[in-house]
Amino acid sequence: MSADKAKTHKLARPFKQDRDIADWHGRYTPYDLAKEGLIALVVVVLLVTGLAVLFGSPDDTPVTVKSWSTANAVDFAATAIAELDGTSGTATYGAPYNTNGTAMSIGPISPQKWLGVHHPINTANDYVLGPLSTVANQPEVQAAVAEYKAASVDQQAAWTAAYEKAVADATFVNGNLVVPAGAYGPVGVIISSLTSMARSGALDGALLSSRQFYGTDYTKPLLFVADGTFLEGLAVNQHLAGDQWGMMNETGSYPGQAWLWLYTLWYQVPAIGNSDNADIQVFAIMIGLTTLLALVPFIPGLRSIPRWTRVYRLIWRNHYREVEGQGGGTSTSGSPPQVMGEVREPVTVSG
Amino acid sequence: MTITDPKISSNGQSDLSKSADLPEDADQWTAKIRHVAVEALPPQRLLPDRQPAYVASWIYVFGVTTVAALGVVIATGLVLSIMGPNWWHVSSTGLFVNSLHMWSVEVFFFAMVIHLWGKFFMAAWRGRRRATWITGVISFLVSVGAAFTGYLSQQNFDSQWISTQAKDGINSTGAGAIFNVTNFGQMIMWHIVLLPLVVVALVGIHVLMVRLRGVVPPFAAKGETPGADMAGADSDGATSRAEVLA
Repeated sequence: MSADKAKTHKLARPFKQDRDIADWHGRYTPYDLAKEGLIALVVVVLLVTGLAVLFGSPDDTPVTVKSWSTANAVDFAATAIAELDGTSGTATYGAPYNTNGTAMSIGPISPQKWLGVHHPINTANDYVLGPLSTVANQPEVQAAVAEYKAASVDQQAAWTAAYEKAVADATFVNGNLVVPAGAYGPVGVIISSLTSMARSGALDGALLSSRQFYGTDYTKPLLFVADGTFLEGLAVNQHLAGDQWGMMNETGSYPGQAWLWLYTLWYQVPAIGNSDNADIQVFAIMIGLTTLLALVPFIPGLRSIPRWTRVYRLIWRNHYREVEGQGGGTSTSGSPPQVMGEVREPVTVSG
Repeated sequence: MTITDPKISSNGQSDLSKSADLPEDADQWTAKIRHVAVEALPPQRLLPDRQPAYVASWIYVFGVTTVAALGVVIATGLVLSIMGPNWWHVSSTGLFVNSLHMWSVEVFFFAMVIHLWGKFFMAAWRGRRRATWITGVISFLVSVGAAFTGYLSQQNFDSQWISTQAKDGINSTGAGAIFNVTNFGQMIMWHIVLLPLVVVALVGIHVLMVRLRGVVPPFAAKGETPGADMAGADSDGATSRAEVLA
């Protein structure tokens, strides 16, 4: 098909108001884009500077394993035993950290499961036994670790279950974790030693330096800290929990990521927020809505909303006042083109 | 001693300036690219000093405000990059620059969202402007990602909490296998290199498309017949000033 024929074919398409436009044959007026841009830049700089001077920006100190175990040693110990016996949030998470949890899915669709483990974490070894094996000059600690490792799985489970029950009533007195007596074998020494290690700050280093000197991957310590209740308690106090519109907020009274409101909104819907597959459901909804937004120009009905709502008449109110004040239909389709009042002959625009 | 630049002729004019007058090799790729570029965006269309009379509303300010705010975001981000990620935690000057960076992001999104909804209610995709609309939407999405990785790279309580909460959503999509929100090193590289490059490229393409097609005209007024003077269903309706003056 020749180019002329192709053009003729296109020209024959029926006109649709929400897709097509008529040529503009009305007036042109001076519009200094460069000046407008510079003024906008100056206004933005002044506005941003004013906001920065008045309100600053938040920078709350991060939680470390040391600060967590110092502030709430019992919570740390309870989390540590959950890491050791494989019942913590991270231990039972599944992909991409391990294979111990159920991946989220929508029907048969489960990309989390398909992509598998990419950041392997064995909570018992990575958070408890591994770091304790680096402790020097404490033979009782190494002996406890060796005894635990050498025990059968059933024996390990019996010890950790007994300790979990006991630690619920634990206290922290005079720098020592005091756990009611129980049949938890070497686990008492293990958790007590790990708590001391955490409170000294050594565990922070052990979790980070396990790979290389210049570490920038905080996955292990972050997930460990998040498994406890200490971090969450601080977040709730700062109105950052999931049912408080979660991560779109920021510490203090700062606006945070307000543009995530629609994403966060779905978590407030009980049917979604309480679902075991909430995260993938919310993502699926947002992917669908975003696709609709991007493809609005192609979707009949959706692309007509602007015309139906008539907000455009507010935006172009001067234009409509001028055109309709002249009796209508004279500006865009009938009048000859003008520039700065100069009357020109009509022109035709090719597409 | 007088030193004479051999490239400067006796009349003081650079020989290089004469290259525009030399015959061109039309078969060259360079020449072809130049022809296509100049034909698509002649100087008067690229930087017009006239706009159709309907371009008269405060809503038009928010597009250029978005670009201006993006400029401030990049400028303040460059300062933070030069000084390194720890600087603003230990320096009052650094904290102020971080505040400028944060608030410019807030202004950027505020202006962009108003711009987006303004364009929605103008049905600004009409007249072969669908790609302009789509690049705008994608720019918004990539900007959300750029801001999100910024929040993850703060190295403070906020980034700890946001990363440990966001990981569940990202992991549920399978993306967590590659995009690890708890990996500070990875997130800061996405924040200061990859995503800004994409945002700037997309915004650049978006602005060029606006210049290429012009500002979308209004819907037909009362008494007008929609499409009565239509040059074709594939027309962008953007009668350039050059064409008007022709």
